[in-house]
Amino acid sequence: MRAIGTAAVAAQVVLVTAGAPLLAGTMRQVRARLEGRAGPGVGQPWRDLRKLLRKEAITPVGTGPAFRLAPLLLVSTTAVVAALVPLASTTTPVSGKADLILVVALLALGTVALALAGLDTGTAFGGMGASRGMTVAALVEPTILLAAVALSIPAGSTNLATIVGDGVRDPVRLASPAGLLATAALAVAVLAETGRLPVDNPSTHLELTMVHEAMVLEYAGPDLALVELGAQMRLAVLLGLLTSLAAPWGIATTASPAALALALVLLTAKVALLGTALAAAEVFWAKLRLFRVPELLAGSFLLALLAVTASYFLTGE
Amino acid sequence: MHTTTHRTVTDIGPDELPGRAADLLVGGHRLALVAAHHDGPAAPGGRAVRVVYLFASGPPDTRTELHVRLDPEAPELPTLAHLSFPAGRFEREMRDLHGIVPLGHPLPHRLVRHFHWPRGWYPMHPEAGPPPPFAEPEGPYPFLEVEGEGVYEIPVGPVHAGLIEPGHFRFSVVGETIIKLKARLWFVHKGIEKLMEGRTPERGLPLAERVSGDTAVGHALAYCLAVEEATGTEVPEPARRARALLLELERLHNHVADLGALCNDVGHGVLHARAQHLREQLLRLNLEVTGHRLLRGGVVPGGAALCSVPGTARMRVLGREISDLVTLALGHTTVRDRFTGTARLDTAAARDLGCLGYVARASGVAADARVRHPFHAYGRALTVPVHTTGDVLARFLVRAEEIDASLALVEELGDRLSSGRWTAPLPPGRAPGAGTGMVEGWRGTITTRVELRGRDPLLTRVKIADPSFFNWPALPVALTDTIVPDFPLTNKSFNLSYAGNDL
Repeated sequence: MRAIGTAAVAAQVVLVTAGAPLLAGTMRQVRARLEGRAGPGVGQPWRDLRKLLRKEAITPVGTGPAFRLAPLLLVSTTAVVAALVPLASTTTPVSGKADLILVVALLALGTVALALAGLDTGTAFGGMGASRGMTVAALVEPTILLAAVALSIPAGSTNLATIVGDGVRDPVRLASPAGLLATAALAVAVLAETGRLPVDNPSTHLELTMVHEAMVLEYAGPDLALVELGAQMRLAVLLGLLTSLAAPWGIATTASPAALALALVLLTAKVALLGTALAAAEVFWAKLRLFRVPELLAGSFLLALLAVTASYFLTGE
Repeated sequence: MHTTTHRTVTDIGPDELPGRAADLLVGGHRLALVAAHHDGPAAPGGRAVRVVYLFASGPPDTRTELHVRLDPEAPELPTLAHLSFPAGRFEREMRDLHGIVPLGHPLPHRLVRHFHWPRGWYPMHPEAGPPPPFAEPEGPYPFLEVEGEGVYEIPVGPVHAGLIEPGHFRFSVVGETIIKLKARLWFVHKGIEKLMEGRTPERGLPLAERVSGDTAVGHALAYCLAVEEATGTEVPEPARRARALLLELERLHNHVADLGALCNDVGHGVLHARAQHLREQLLRLNLEVTGHRLLRGGVVPGGAALCSVPGTARMRVLGREISDLVTLALGHTTVRDRFTGTARLDTAAARDLGCLGYVARASGVAADARVRHPFHAYGRALTVPVHTTGDVLARFLVRAEEIDASLALVEELGDRLSSGRWTAPLPPGRAPGAGTGMVEGWRGTITTRVELRGRDPLLTRVKIADPSFFNWPALPVALTDTIVPDFPLTNKSFNLSYAGNDL
């Protein structure tokens, strides 16, 4: 029992870590093909990481611990989230600790660490990116928390394993107005949190328009590899969390090896599908004016608020 | 005072200059170019520093030159900066390159000379010699500091993240709003005008084609027109027609690339990819027409050469695809929102700064050398689109409409052309001569003035004024109160040349 649970946790972390660069590669490849380009192939992010890891570590003069610790903190918090969140199994040794608020806090810790690192460089771009990143984060976090509350009301708990387990047993609940509204709000928040279009443009070379990239401009070599891996893992974990909440079918609720294996395969397929859909949609999106981003995020906050209201009324409590 | 076909030359003293210039400017002329010459003892008027002010207006095509002779030991001029903003910039350029002092200039800062340029070395002076080693800089070259609560500076460049020419931009911002932008250019001084000296007109052409790589036809044509006027060459009619065709082909490939780049700067990558595909087709067409993807070699002194003429059916297919691209871009809510109202340049500012080309036409100033200084009778086929809002959207729309106008012109011009080479030989021995060429390149009006001397004439002085020289000061003006993340989009909507600005 416990051994399979531990194996599930390990499998989730390994799958997220190894699969995140492949997910990023798939998304870039989808975009390239839709734009009529050949594209570098799905494995390119892994090749980039290998290249960066072989390089000499360089830290800019005058930077302190915030700059050096941020990449580690980003990767480790995301790995912890990957372990906690019921991506493949709801019965793991840590599923009792998989509180939604804890997950949001861990993700916020990574964001703040990166923003502090941006400030630590003392460059105009670092400060500018940190300022923009924090503005976006300040608008995203309430949305995520509110959507979490909406999802936790029917389950009577903020524990993710309980919420997801409920969803597997009672799929009708997923299609309830509250569930749909909360999922929509979360989806927008995930776009903003991971720096995708229309909030941030991950493929831009224009330093003055960057949000996430501006914070990490000073990183090089293995540190940059960690930052990139961390960002890719965040995208993979958040897309995984979104599928767990919105389409939890196939997630192992019992401790059987066969169920776990099936869950892992399904997880890979669902995240790949969602990533491909996102990449395809992004081709047709443009980046919002920076001062319009709060309007978008306010919209998603409103959806989350409606989700909370709806779940109060519809559960009749 | 003497007059050529459409050019009037008047010799005046330095004291008369401000009055004469004011009369011309009030009379509807614009200052097209200022060129300084270091005349030796063998020159017609003896040894002197001679400054030529070229004023132009049209239609009808009128060009008026004021020649001012100065003491070669201590050349000093009364400034015209209070009459014309471009005059003040030409004076600063002249002081940095020739050592001519504008007296009473309101903004006597350096323009071309960077911090490391040696003190007292003026590269355009006849005795300048090769560049000396960097030593004894002229002193500090500070930026204006904006003070106040919450103001901070963002320095960007001269090395950028993308493949962009070098330029340093210093933003003073509060939050995300730009309070002041200072653009420091002149990182690419190549000494093109100096390299022109002593060349034959034929050998000057490759240099003219390379003033700004994307404007090979525009600069080559302005140079050739100037050489032809100086030598009294009559260009055959088919050659004039072929030149007009090449000029529009150059406008097409540059404007299409810009439309895509503007979409890319708001993160709409698929339209950029589509525009790149169309640009590649146009570049391959250019290769067929002139043997060079950027249309080099089509315009030659005394004539023009075409390897083939673009077919009507092919141009119509391209035209439809380009108009699809424009419709898709303007139909996208986010793209349209990003363009609308961004970085407005109002009409008064565009006129005062002497803006040219699509930047001027997007701000309601209908400046176009094809109308004002035509080298070919365009007739009714030429339309000049003008917008008045002065924002990024207006600059996008002007480009889009100019593409339609250029396609119509290409069809009309190509109709009566076949492949061939039409040149008139430059008549020898009519030296010394001077001539001016004014051409509506894709960025705006290019003005080139040449002076020739000798039986087999050699270039003694070539002065080139790219429209970017006039338009660069408009960029910070348009950006006031714009937010920092909109700067790249605005910069692309101006798309000014660094190389053409800094010769």
